[in-house]
Amino acid sequence: MKTWSRFRESYFLYSFVRDPVALGSFGVLTVLVVAAFMSPIIAPYDPYNPATIDIMDARTPPSWSTGGDGRFFLGTDAQGRDILSTMLYGTRVSIIIGFGATLLQATIGIIIGLTAGYFGRRIDSFLMRTADVQLSFSTYMVAIFLGAIFQTAFGMTRYETFAIPFLITVIGLAEWPKYARTVRASVLAEKKKEYVEAAKVIGLGPTRIMWRHILPNTLTPVLVISTLQVASCIMSEAALSFIGLGMPPTRPSLGSLIKAGFEFFLSGQWWITLFPGALLVVLIVAINLFGDWLRDFLNPRLYRG
Amino acid sequence: MFAFIVRRVIQALVVMLVISCIGFAIKHSFGDPVRELAGMSISAEERDNLRRELGLNDPFLVQWGRFLEGALQGDLGMSYFYKRPAMQIILGKAPATLELVFAASVIIVVLSVPIGIYTAVKPSVLLSRILMGASVVGVSIPVFLTAILLISIFSVHLKWLPSFGRGNDLIPLFGGAWMSGFFTWDGLSHLILPSISLSSIMLPLFIRLIRAEMKEVLESEYIKFARAKGLKQKRVLYVHAFKNTLLPVITVGGVQLGVMIAYTILTETVFQWQGMGFMFLEALQRADTSLMSAYLVFVGFVFVFVNTAVDIVYGLVNPMVRITTRK
Repeated sequence: MKTWSRFRESYFLYSFVRDPVALGSFGVLTVLVVAAFMSPIIAPYDPYNPATIDIMDARTPPSWSTGGDGRFFLGTDAQGRDILSTMLYGTRVSIIIGFGATLLQATIGIIIGLTAGYFGRRIDSFLMRTADVQLSFSTYMVAIFLGAIFQTAFGMTRYETFAIPFLITVIGLAEWPKYARTVRASVLAEKKKEYVEAAKVIGLGPTRIMWRHILPNTLTPVLVISTLQVASCIMSEAALSFIGLGMPPTRPSLGSLIKAGFEFFLSGQWWITLFPGALLVVLIVAINLFGDWLRDFLNPRLYRG
Repeated sequence: MFAFIVRRVIQALVVMLVISCIGFAIKHSFGDPVRELAGMSISAEERDNLRRELGLNDPFLVQWGRFLEGALQGDLGMSYFYKRPAMQIILGKAPATLELVFAASVIIVVLSVPIGIYTAVKPSVLLSRILMGASVVGVSIPVFLTAILLISIFSVHLKWLPSFGRGNDLIPLFGGAWMSGFFTWDGLSHLILPSISLSSIMLPLFIRLIRAEMKEVLESEYIKFARAKGLKQKRVLYVHAFKNTLLPVITVGGVQLGVMIAYTILTETVFQWQGMGFMFLEALQRADTSLMSAYLVFVGFVFVFVNTAVDIVYGLVNPMVRITTRK
């Protein structure tokens, strides 16, 4: 109760409520996330269940256009799945991968950043050079190569079964340097402060100082990049799915829905591609706008890219 | 300065070594060259002989050494699918990708400089606000979606521009080694949509970067002095202010080249543009691991070369870099 009243009177909430962009994007985001995770309940059909799918319904246009069917509000895809249901399930897959990959890369990045920043010297220059090199290759390239290696190494069928954990690993491994750099920079600043000296004098070990004393003070920038990073991970996943290195068509994410629809796009069946595409853009714009606001609020001088 | 260059070059060599090791490991672990060469219908004995002859029973490091030796002479092995040297295939596809990247870079430079300066000088005008808002949305649209939208508008509905391929009217340059689409209307019209989609993801980034740098420079003392001297606004903006925003822009540009090459894979897939990215995806679908690892090594080389060159040039221009990296 006390934390709640503290939160209610905080400047954070005050400026959040008074910023229409932040409020709007957060609202859209909440609606999308809730709808995506409620998809087994609110979706009209279950796209994972082949029994509910009839191939005769394939490529039905949206219900309001000519030839549309009242049962399928946004039409159906090439396999006869209801687009609206598939989109809801797909959004859930995209969001899970986005969050999972962000979590993984934050974990890797924080561990490496803390180690590099705290110990310095050789370890620092080795780890940071590695991060630089990987970053110079662009995260997409690394993700594409990792995805290609995983797919060749495990074979197509096994890849499809474990697609979600694979994609989380691939994207997580590809984008950790951003976190490592940020954490290292704030560790370097924190390390010189007196409370760290004091902790050393008391005789605490480096692990305890790193995790219990320094880490909590470096979390603000981590939080700031995390929001934007979720958007970037969702985009990476969509890109990987689009070139066939992501989610299989049987359990589509938004990216693989767009890919599946692209084959029929030129022959005039625009709805299979366009609805998932629009949803993807709305999702990413909402996250980016909210992340931008959070960044400006928490740390107006962090960086402007 | 000399020490700085030596250090950067050594680092580049180490990175190249690691990349070649990864590339070779992929080739080594997946795919069997004997089966690709001889097919299924030979006896186990012949197979063993062939293995010995090709040196496939040697330890990993010896084979990697041989791979390196070949790579230094420009030989990255044979493609399993095409039955031709992988290097030859990559070099045959490279011009298409380079033309695409070049056209996209031209679009980025031509548009981002004036827009960046305009939004920095007049931040509160309605047009600047619209442009900045559009840039947030632009960053959020995946490049393949932009491509699909462009196709639907300009190819399907308006039927102005072709939706795939490079066209038939390519002009051979350098004795046929470079098929160029720059000199005919057919080639250019095929280039327009792919290069716009490729540039769409970088453009907002560069606009924001130039705007931020420009804003910072406009606050500085020497700009005030130039104005106080009574120089014309144009001269102050383009000669005094813009020059000093260029350095960070060039550095970021060098780094973004890598990102561009990654995005060519997506753009080339949508437009079936016969470049390196499209070739890589085809190799992936055909499980042509030899060609895949050759692409990895080749693209890795391009990245390392460009990044090292940018770093060295930057070190030449800005002495601070040399000192801060010396730790």
